[in-house]
Amino acid sequence: MLGKTAGGLFWMFRYLERAENIARLVEAGWRIALTRAGDAENEWESVVTTAGMRAAYCAKFDDFDAPHVINYLLRDPDNASSVMSAMNAARSNARLVRTALSSEVWEAVNECWMAVKAALGRPVTERTLADVLSTIRTRSAVVRGALHGTMLRNEIYNFCRMGTFLERSDNTARILDVKYYVLLPSASFVGSSMDNAQWENILRSVSAERSFSWLHGGETTPQGIAQFLILDRRVPRSMAFCYSKTREQLAHLEGEYGTRQPSQDMADRMCQRFNQPITAIFDEGLHEFLDASIRDTAALASQIEQDFRFYG
Amino acid sequence: MDKQNRFFDEMFDSAGQARQPYSRYNDWFQTEDIRHLRRKSEEAEAFFRRIGITFNVYGQQEADERLIPFDVVPRIISAREWARLEDGIAQRVRAINAFLHDIYHRQEILRAGRVPVDLIARNEAFLPQMIGVNPPGGVYTHIVGTDLVRTGENEFYVLEDNARTPSGVSYMLENRETMLQMFPELFTRLKVRPVSSYPQNLRRSLSDCAPPAFNGDKPEVAVLTPGIHNSAYFEHAFLADQMGAELVESHDLRIEGGRVCMRTTRGYKAIDVLYRRIDDDYLDPLNFNPNSLLGVPGIMDVYRAGGITLANAPGTGIADDKALYSYMPDIVEFYTGEKSILQNVPTWRCSEADSLKYVLDHLSELVVKEVHGSGGYGMLVGPAASKRELARFEKKLRARPGNYIAQPTLALSTVPIMTKRGLAPRHVDLRPFVLVSPNKVQITPGGLTRVALKEGSLVVNSSQGGGTKDTWVLGD
Repeated sequence: MLGKTAGGLFWMFRYLERAENIARLVEAGWRIALTRAGDAENEWESVVTTAGMRAAYCAKFDDFDAPHVINYLLRDPDNASSVMSAMNAARSNARLVRTALSSEVWEAVNECWMAVKAALGRPVTERTLADVLSTIRTRSAVVRGALHGTMLRNEIYNFCRMGTFLERSDNTARILDVKYYVLLPSASFVGSSMDNAQWENILRSVSAERSFSWLHGGETTPQGIAQFLILDRRVPRSMAFCYSKTREQLAHLEGEYGTRQPSQDMADRMCQRFNQPITAIFDEGLHEFLDASIRDTAALASQIEQDFRFYG
Repeated sequence: MDKQNRFFDEMFDSAGQARQPYSRYNDWFQTEDIRHLRRKSEEAEAFFRRIGITFNVYGQQEADERLIPFDVVPRIISAREWARLEDGIAQRVRAINAFLHDIYHRQEILRAGRVPVDLIARNEAFLPQMIGVNPPGGVYTHIVGTDLVRTGENEFYVLEDNARTPSGVSYMLENRETMLQMFPELFTRLKVRPVSSYPQNLRRSLSDCAPPAFNGDKPEVAVLTPGIHNSAYFEHAFLADQMGAELVESHDLRIEGGRVCMRTTRGYKAIDVLYRRIDDDYLDPLNFNPNSLLGVPGIMDVYRAGGITLANAPGTGIADDKALYSYMPDIVEFYTGEKSILQNVPTWRCSEADSLKYVLDHLSELVVKEVHGSGGYGMLVGPAASKRELARFEKKLRARPGNYIAQPTLALSTVPIMTKRGLAPRHVDLRPFVLVSPNKVQITPGGLTRVALKEGSLVVNSSQGGGTKDTWVLGD
């Protein structure tokens, strides 16, 4: 396979994952705005920060009003990571690697792009937001379904999956890092309703509120949430899950190509870090742990890029 | 004469009866509900969008990806008509390959005085770098798309030979796919010859021209595209996909050990046959246009040394040059010893003083084309032009007469399309696709029918508001 194609597949799925994640953040922010009108502006600010768009956003707006934030995150062409921009980039990469995709995956991503483009064609209002978010969610799910249902489990699939998992672990780490202070033990003593809302929102941002209460019987504690999203390998958006999946893909590539690459050693080392109890992570410093993970994820992505010759 | 009868309609005769190739189709059509067919047209459009069969239009930022409108009424050609076209095209394509070999070697045709030396020596499409080069398998034009127009029952003219990098074959294949999905019942009633083996045939015919340096069991074939923003990118990706070949861009390639290699996830791998969809000029910045970012520096040197096959060979543009077009009947005769089966459109070369005078005197009746233009850009359709356009063009002609040729406005045949008010005749042309391998000329039974959707319009180019139809060659 061409190195360029591998890179195109990797980025196609990173962008698809990014579009979904941004939509999920908006959904969580919206939920807070509906249930706790008083804290809404703070919450939108934190959504923008989590999305990693704070500086660019503040250059354009001097408030965190819901319509501004929602439209900036979903459809602003100035925002390279808005859902629309990410969708454009995903589809453009899909066109680039079209020969490597099954026709069902290509059609799914093309239809996803057409539907999202139509939905985001005009400003999103409170009335239309729910429909728009649901379009993004369901259309992305169709792409994922086509990938699982129709693609060969070969190198092509491995690069698609690595794109997804690296983007996702980065996203989960960022969500936790922006909110890490509400997870710290000292904060739990406060025990105010404000904190409960924050915890709930973290779970919502990764669409895991139901699975968390399923596993934890409705008892929400900061350590429980951190354990769940960092270490629990049953959770498809936990960092441990994403890293172990990335490592699996690299092992498949080693099998197929017959060579072990530096990126694989790197991924192994990173997986090791998830073999400690959550208390040890808190002792080491949650923020430090997350910050290091975010940097390591970027380093791993660029090592993969090099090992598999994405660019010349 | 009544306006309706000025043009030959391929479906209905002057009495309104369906002609023989269309008789079964017409029987079916008469039992169909027009509203149902119109709904089918809309389905077809949604289908094309979903598949992403789009093309990019230069100079239009707004709609960067457009659909070529598809008409649901097929264009039908009888077995007898096709047999004659096939013979004519094969003859012409053989002559073109012989001409190219000659022009880049001994130049017998120039010595014989059948084609003026000036026309070659001062022509940008003639590549001195190709002199003395022997393309692998002796093939220059692996792929040709001969543009034909029809003006009567048995009157077909060749409009252009398209021997460089003809496009449109993906539409031929996808149009058929669409028709098979929409009207399966028709294909059980009529014996329509299939076109679907084109990609396999293309792969085989390219593989048959592997270069001397090839030393594996199966030649590595790749398609070279200028990239995702090229107007025909869809087609490049489509053909690569259907052939099971890699789709490469210049930055995927580098020269290693006298071979052109592509960067794969496991290192560099040699390519044997490169189906390149970029023009000669951009192919190699070291040998041609030094500013090209689309090409591979030094690829011409590898080619000359037998390290790679380029399809089509560089320098084939001299054979489909519009200035040379008027010599085609001579060229066919010179190399095949036979009269040309297909007719050439009478052509005035504006470089000649008498012709220029005639053209200027009859500008409003003629079609004037730029010698190096394509895609309907920079062309004047006299009968459809306003006084101002005519005056503007006259100035251009006087300034650079050698840049133009002129032809009579042909009474292009019509085939009905589906409109809001039912069937209505529109002008069409036809581009069959030809594959040339060392021992065979293969013509896919069908081709791309382009149709001018605007009533009365004679311009069928997709960039100028044309559409396409599926082309059926009957098997009887």
